[in-house]
Amino acid sequence: MMLSTATLYALCGAAMIGIGVYGFIVRAHLLRRVLAFNVIGSGVFLFLGALGYRAPQAGADPVPHALIITGIVVALSLTALAVALVLKHAEEAGRAVLPEEDREET
Amino acid sequence: MTAAFVFDAMLCLLLVGTAVSAVAGRDLFASIAFFVTYGILIGLAWLRLGAVDVALAEAAIGAGLTGVLLIGAWSMLQRRCGDGGNDPAMPVLPKLAAAAVSVTVTGMLALAVLALPVGAPGLVPLVTENLSESGVGNPVTAVLLNFRAYDTLMESIVLLIALVAVWALTPKELWGGVPGLRQHARPDGVLATFGRLLPPLGLVVAVYVVWAGSEMPGGAFQAGTILAAVWLLVVMAGIAEEPRMSSRLLRLALVVGPAVFLGVGLVGAAFGSFLGLPVDFAKALILAIEFALTFSIAVTLALLVAGTPREGT
Amino acid sequence: MGALLTLPLLELTVGLPLAATLLAIVSGRFSSGLVLGIGPAMLALAVLLCLAVGSHGPLEVAVGGWAVPLGIALGADGLSAVFVMTGAIIMPAVALFARRAFGSDPAETTQSFTFWPLFFAMWAALNAIFVGRDLFNFYVALELLTLTAVAMVAYGGTAAALRYMIFALMGSLAYMTGVALLYASAATLDIGLLSEAIEPDRAVVLAGGLMTAGLLAKTALFPLHAWLPPAHGNAPAPASALLSALVVKASFFIIVRIWFHVMPDAQSPWLVQTLGLLGACAVIYGSLLAIRQGRLKLVIAYSTVAQIGYLFFIFPLADGSAFALPWAAGAWTGGIFHALSHAFAKAALFLAAGLIIEALGHDRIADMKGIARALPMTMAAFGLAALSIMGLPPSGGFMAKYLMLTSALAGGQIFYALVMIAGGLLAVIYLFRPLNAAFAGSHVPEIAPVPKARQTIPLALALIATIIGLASSIPYQFLQIGLPEVLEGGTE
Repeated sequence: MMLSTATLYALCGAAMIGIGVYGFIVRAHLLRRVLAFNVIGSGVFLFLGALGYRAPQAGADPVPHALIITGIVVALSLTALAVALVLKHAEEAGRAVLPEEDREET
Repeated sequence: MTAAFVFDAMLCLLLVGTAVSAVAGRDLFASIAFFVTYGILIGLAWLRLGAVDVALAEAAIGAGLTGVLLIGAWSMLQRRCGDGGNDPAMPVLPKLAAAAVSVTVTGMLALAVLALPVGAPGLVPLVTENLSESGVGNPVTAVLLNFRAYDTLMESIVLLIALVAVWALTPKELWGGVPGLRQHARPDGVLATFGRLLPPLGLVVAVYVVWAGSEMPGGAFQAGTILAAVWLLVVMAGIAEEPRMSSRLLRLALVVGPAVFLGVGLVGAAFGSFLGLPVDFAKALILAIEFALTFSIAVTLALLVAGTPREGT
Repeated sequence: MGALLTLPLLELTVGLPLAATLLAIVSGRFSSGLVLGIGPAMLALAVLLCLAVGSHGPLEVAVGGWAVPLGIALGADGLSAVFVMTGAIIMPAVALFARRAFGSDPAETTQSFTFWPLFFAMWAALNAIFVGRDLFNFYVALELLTLTAVAMVAYGGTAAALRYMIFALMGSLAYMTGVALLYASAATLDIGLLSEAIEPDRAVVLAGGLMTAGLLAKTALFPLHAWLPPAHGNAPAPASALLSALVVKASFFIIVRIWFHVMPDAQSPWLVQTLGLLGACAVIYGSLLAIRQGRLKLVIAYSTVAQIGYLFFIFPLADGSAFALPWAAGAWTGGIFHALSHAFAKAALFLAAGLIIEALGHDRIADMKGIARALPMTMAAFGLAALSIMGLPPSGGFMAKYLMLTSALAGGQIFYALVMIAGGLLAVIYLFRPLNAAFAGSHVPEIAPVPKARQTIPLALALIATIIGLASSIPYQFLQIGLPEVLEGGTE
């Protein structure tokens, strides 16, 4: 059986979600967490969008596209606030890491 | 195996590779660079999935603006805190646990994907059937500005509130000041020439992207990002300064888009349906909403990138 | 009464606070006065909505005239109406209280400008969830809610806000992944259509699990609670009141919508017992930590961790495999009752604590001896609200726990009955400490003056928490309107 385009990209989205989740847990540096959040976010969107392309002869489903565009803007809004918080925290604490996670540096 | 499949498979491998590099890399700046690359590659994937509108949004916002935000934060961390982005070490056991979680998530999602029915057309038939009454020819714009306009209205407020939330972090003594750091570019440099040349060009492109968005891919969020990018360049070139956050005019500029949108919605409610657009006026109303939104989105995005006011370094 | 249905009530419960958000951004110094107009209007809307639902049953409208699944519907059943009403009382009360901190400076400050747009946007997001019918729109509303809540937490501390944000970000991604799976399964996002279209297959169960996990992080159910105490305990008092009373309830509300309206068939014994056990851990762990806190606001914040636990008892008590049993509806109604009375009581506690901080300049329990004599009205409010949290009669908290306890005993679920009794006893202990300190000694401590008018606000909220218990039949009957179908067999 050959994978359809939709399935291939949906699986790719699932892989990107997993990669992002790993980074989000393992990397304590807050800017890296924000980055991992965005990796997961695009993975989720790719997952949703690819699943909307399971009937290519009918055309791509525009509803998930609209949801994704909305989602991208929402993710940017969250990222902007997160980045601002990270910077403020770093100015107060000297480092962009939460105190309870501040172990030895690599 | 067709050429198209080979291309798709290669692209997916590249996506996974850049994602791993972005997440696992040691150097923070390199990670961010990989992330931006990853964003551009996803744009390609969107083209393969027949989603030109999403490709535009992903490239402009997902990769572009998010990249600008991350790079800005990286340079600020380095300059002001000497924080180069190094991580505290994590012991091996929790790392393995995290890897297990990650593999489980991906595995379960993959199994679910393979269990889903193939050939499902989603809402394609319903959208096609109602497109002629939406006032626009681009189905994605029809969904965003008409069928699911309620989502989009709320989304425009989300963006605006993100800015208010960022402003809420302003230190007391700096309230009302100029957002971001002062720029020190020479007004006669290359950047300045560029910065003078770009605004009229950017404006034309943005107006076109909104206008085209009714029939072809494009729309307010993509156009707003273009305008915001132009403005950022102008500020970086030292030609103009960010407006003070206390400026009345600035605040009006921030709300005019969502206000027009909400206003159309409420007038609709008075005539029977909240956010209802009569077929004959739908196109005109959608364009009015989109132009107002583009303007406010551009201002909001530019200020989000600038962040809170800071004292000079 | 038919005329009520021609009014755009559902649309305005979201549209009006959205309009107020925009006005608050442009009206500068005057934005703290906006609530004087918006508050009564929202209250009137909530009353009309309750009347409409009460006389006509559940309402539904298609936004923009586009029917689902193409468009988005708004709707209200009894559950929606009581939550909108709860918000319509608590939000203006907190706003009146907040006008001093966020509206009395002659010059604009960071907080006096930003608080009001955040406040109104929070209100809009809450109502969008309470009258929402669309799973993706829930996502947008949840993110709006998160942005406002994180920003308010950031007033009290950046690290606390960051911790909250980390949980909230993961939560929204998990929720969104679930939404993607459901759309891929059924090509609709509407609650009603989904409930008809889906079977509890692999994708649907995974979607339910992901959405629930995400929402649990935002509700702060044990063990995802770590962010809550520093966030709620260090924010300014009005913000703490909103966060504990309403914000955590919004994500719980969506959990109820998912498991009782969208996919009741997917409730497995494994799921209901897991949620119930996590709830039990929350009750015991949160209460024990509340006992150990030295600061009043942290006691109240840990109490929220504990009280959230009770909400999840509705899953094992309404037992997914035996919905039609007579006590299932009682357990469900009891859980919702708990959410409502906790909202009023917790808002009263946080506002009372805020007044004590204004009077003393701190909230160290050990150093507030005799404060009851200096602030008798505030301590009366605190005591009354505390009764409801402890679950003692005649409060709303008592009614809620009574309903849940009877269904636990009727269903033979002794474990949950014991946890509820233990939780009540522990609440007596952790709330007795501040009460004891407040009445200790015989002198009247020196305090900064606190106007009587502001002291009436927590008192009024605490009284409402009590009245819910005394006049419980009204909200009880109301909650049966549009009761989840699966529970209908259970009403006598």
